[in-house]
Amino acid sequence: MTDLAPTPGQTIGPFFHHALPYDHDRELVPPCRADAVRLHGYVYDGAGSGIPDALLEIRHADPTGTVPTVEGSLRRQGGAFTGWGRSTTDRTGHYWFSTLEPGPTRDGGVACFAVTVFARGLLNRLFTRAYVPSDEAALAADPLLAGLPADERARLVAVREPDGGLRFDIHLQGERETVFLSFPRHRDRP
Amino acid sequence: MESQELISKEMADLHASRPGLSQPLLDFPPYRSSVLRHPTRDPRPADPEGAELVAPVFGHSDVDPLEADLTIQSGGEPIGERIVVSGRILDGAGRPVRGQLVEIWQANAAGRYVHQRDQHPAPLDPHFTGLGRCLTDDGGGYRFTTIKPGPYPWRNHRNAWRPAHIHFSLFGTDFTQRMITQMYFPGDPLVALDPILQSITGEDARARLVASYDHDLSEHEWVLGYRWDIVLTGSHATYVEPEDGDHD
Ligand SMILES: [Fe+3]
Repeated sequence: MTDLAPTPGQTIGPFFHHALPYDHDRELVPPCRADAVRLHGYVYDGAGSGIPDALLEIRHADPTGTVPTVEGSLRRQGGAFTGWGRSTTDRTGHYWFSTLEPGPTRDGGVACFAVTVFARGLLNRLFTRAYVPSDEAALAADPLLAGLPADERARLVAVREPDGGLRFDIHLQGERETVFLSFPRHRDRP
Repeated sequence: MESQELISKEMADLHASRPGLSQPLLDFPPYRSSVLRHPTRDPRPADPEGAELVAPVFGHSDVDPLEADLTIQSGGEPIGERIVVSGRILDGAGRPVRGQLVEIWQANAAGRYVHQRDQHPAPLDPHFTGLGRCLTDDGGGYRFTTIKPGPYPWRNHRNAWRPAHIHFSLFGTDFTQRMITQMYFPGDPLVALDPILQSITGEDARARLVASYDHDLSEHEWVLGYRWDIVLTGSHATYVEPEDGDHD
């Protein structure tokens, strides 16, 4: 089958705030739920400043490792867990999600959140992963992490906080630049 | 502030040094806001797995069909040129992306957004919010009724103007196809001057962001039609043929 040429991406621009955010967009489960976990962090630019006009989306499995395929992400009240959410950053570059901790989607795998990053000044979306902290052996066996030097591997693993939350910062540029991913079908053909 | 001439020269140099790319260069200094916001390292090749292979699912509980008409949302007729924008969303193999969420946002006819940070001294329209949503149909089709947006100035350089455009947010059948882009209008002299569109160095690729006027979409004494088809990057998930009776 011949591939069609893809439509290019473009920046999200500065004026998405009246269109993309919606009520409970970042609450995949209500924060008051006993099993809710907070995934949060900052999005930084190359000068180390928080980016106030970024937007993150996450997609992930439920605690049993099943990726939900149910509707209801835009009208969450009383609905099922959908495994997808969206959060803008605030004036300091901070984002947060209230969700369930994902389980691994295959035996022996490490659980992770698929993360997409958009921002004014960023000409196309970026993909990365926020891995749930796990034992070293399991992390080292992950196909992506296994191929990365230790410092880059560490940057893809969220940090467990004393209250059980997960902290995952994103650096678009700089010494601690996040490891962003390309998937086979994304690569530009010459 | 730099002149358009200088920005255009920078763009021409980048087009010459990195010709023919089908996605934007993230490191594109003529778009000044990108300077501190582009990764300096190439993305790491990865094989998608788990949640990356499964797009989020949206349905009729999420989206009201009336959200596809941006001219009826605020209790009166908005000012401007009424248009229909319609097309199909396909994956890289040409398969329709069915039942998936499409979100749009745009400036009004005067080039002003309903956004507190938009300081362009052009009028707001009390009857136009400039945002819409729909779900694609079984053929991957989408359709919005709206107002043709106006160009607007920005502070990238002196006398910088964004060409008229509509922002589109799109999902595919797997999460690796997620994308946000902008649709432009045919014949707009500002597109050649715009660092955001020109960050795509391939001329054919840039042309894929420009809608075409379609007289068959226009309606007698009512609306002008623009067609814009969208191709997402190829899906990584194994395709399952829909079963008969799956088309209701
Ligand atoms: Fe815009």
